Amino acid sequence: MATLELVIEQEAAVGSNRRRRRLGPLFWAAVAWVAFVFVVAAMADFLPLPSSTDMDMLERRAPFSTLHWLGTDSLGRDELARLVFGARISLTVGLCAPIIGITIGGALGMLAGYFRGRFETLVVGSMDVLLAFPPLILALAVTAYLGQSLLNLTCILGVLGIPAFMRVARASTLTLARREFVIAAQALGATHARILLRELLPNVLLPLLAFFLLGVAVTIVVEGSLSFLGLGVPPPESSWGSMIGEGRESLEIAPRLAFLPAIAMFLTVLSFNLVGDTLRALTDPRQGAL
Amino acid sequence: MTEALLSVEAVAVDLPTPRGNLRAVDRVDLTVGAGRTLGIVGESGCGKTMLSRAILQLLPKKARLTGRVMFDGQDLARLDPERLRRLRGRSLAVVFQDPMTSLNPVLTIGTQLIETLQEHLELDAQAAKRRGAELLAAVGIPAPEQRLQQYPHQLSGGMRQRVAIAIALSCEPKLLIADEPTTALDVTIQAQILDLLAREQRRRHMAMILITHDLGVVAGRTDEVAVMYAGRVVERAPTHALFKKMRMPYTEALLAALPRIDAAPHTPLPAISGRPPDPTRPIQGCSFSPRCRYAEGLCGREKPLLTEAESPDHQFACFHPIVAGA
Repeated sequence: MATLELVIEQEAAVGSNRRRRRLGPLFWAAVAWVAFVFVVAAMADFLPLPSSTDMDMLERRAPFSTLHWLGTDSLGRDELARLVFGARISLTVGLCAPIIGITIGGALGMLAGYFRGRFETLVVGSMDVLLAFPPLILALAVTAYLGQSLLNLTCILGVLGIPAFMRVARASTLTLARREFVIAAQALGATHARILLRELLPNVLLPLLAFFLLGVAVTIVVEGSLSFLGLGVPPPESSWGSMIGEGRESLEIAPRLAFLPAIAMFLTVLSFNLVGDTLRALTDPRQGAL
Repeated sequence: MTEALLSVEAVAVDLPTPRGNLRAVDRVDLTVGAGRTLGIVGESGCGKTMLSRAILQLLPKKARLTGRVMFDGQDLARLDPERLRRLRGRSLAVVFQDPMTSLNPVLTIGTQLIETLQEHLELDAQAAKRRGAELLAAVGIPAPEQRLQQYPHQLSGGMRQRVAIAIALSCEPKLLIADEPTTALDVTIQAQILDLLAREQRRRHMAMILITHDLGVVAGRTDEVAVMYAGRVVERAPTHALFKKMRMPYTEALLAALPRIDAAPHTPLPAISGRPPDPTRPIQGCSFSPRCRYAEGLCGREKPLLTEAESPDHQFACFHPIVAGA
């Protein structure tokens, strides 16, 4: 008995060693950047920043100075303040839209993969219809019809994300529902709800969460493209995409106006991907089993 | 024999396949008394697992079940889903072949075991945890408290099967169905697991159905044996009677195919030639006749029925049973 406990402790020690080794400085840098962007975006109202919408026509495209740390844009608005408030928009849309996707898509996918039959045909069919529709046209139509707003943008990007999450959830549910532990749970008298929530959800959640972080990165980029095209949040508000779009006009005079928001977006997207990949590799308890 | 706890009456399972109807189980009759052990033996694909799923009402959705499965005076095939759900786990439990897949990989052993206890026995969290540790200790797992915190992949195959047995036993079932519980384990662990099952079965006075392809497994551990071939029971007898005097050529061939410890090295095993019949085609005559060395004209034309010979509890389906002493 004593030797066996020793073995367990050793196993635990080996496990934590392995974990520590895998978290490189890159991971921590990525976490630090994401945390930094979050804090700054959340605290934007309390930071001693100039207004992000006040124009100063005498100070157009001003260089870096103590008054405007990152200079001003082509309408004389403070670039740093616009970046910070743009982070708010990008993160809000980038997080909320995939949350809509993972909730609705994940639920539909699990139900379809578990119950099969007509319901599955219906879900998969309607998702295929949604996928077949050009996303940009759909976004254009919705914003034209319902008006440009943060809520509409989030909803439309969320709905566009549903099919992908549905497919990931359905695919893993399909393979898992055939596994014996599901039949074992049925044999132990578990209800459908219990099997779905207790047995299948923890298994399906891992690939879904990994996909979620990827979805955040993709949504930030998509929101950027829509804003670049002028379909994002309405003008006085800033978003990274619209800033790149506006900076394009003065690309020859002041290239930083397009590059600063692009760098911010690049770093954020990269960080989300890095954190997502590392977390998935670490929290996957099946690593040794398969 | 005591009154039957489970009696399977003329159960047939049909599975629709693209190549036509597949009759996986063909009118099987079986009974298991309380506290007794029945072994079901047969090769892969002979319908053993489908029969066990039919008893548990866990057949694939498209499968059609006919006949009656009487358990404790209720017909499981006609029980409403809610009552059936309560019966499972509480009175009926099952241990599957592969402990790699029968435990949920992302939940700890403790979660899986304790939730079952809480659900069925309505224990509070503390009591359930204590009971869980006791159960793990009962199935021979050292340091059960620590094991409760671990995930299935941190345990060896034998340990995992012990955990699966602990979960199955957790609610004191009246009938345990062990579907090839040792097939995925290595030989040294096999005997331990079988002994564990036998010990717990005696201690809890529960009935057990032991499904296996290995006649050696059922030999010392069952009261009665049913041999299945191509979906049908072809011979059924008390274990000691069967091994003393088997009548069905298939049973004899199965036993002959077991490796013998006293045989000279490199002795070829007498394998059963040919393959089992295609279950999607109706079989004329005895399903074993194409592979049977005693077969003759009648065997290919007419289906032998399960009949009794000299003793009423020894039944077999054969026109040319092996004559004792021959």
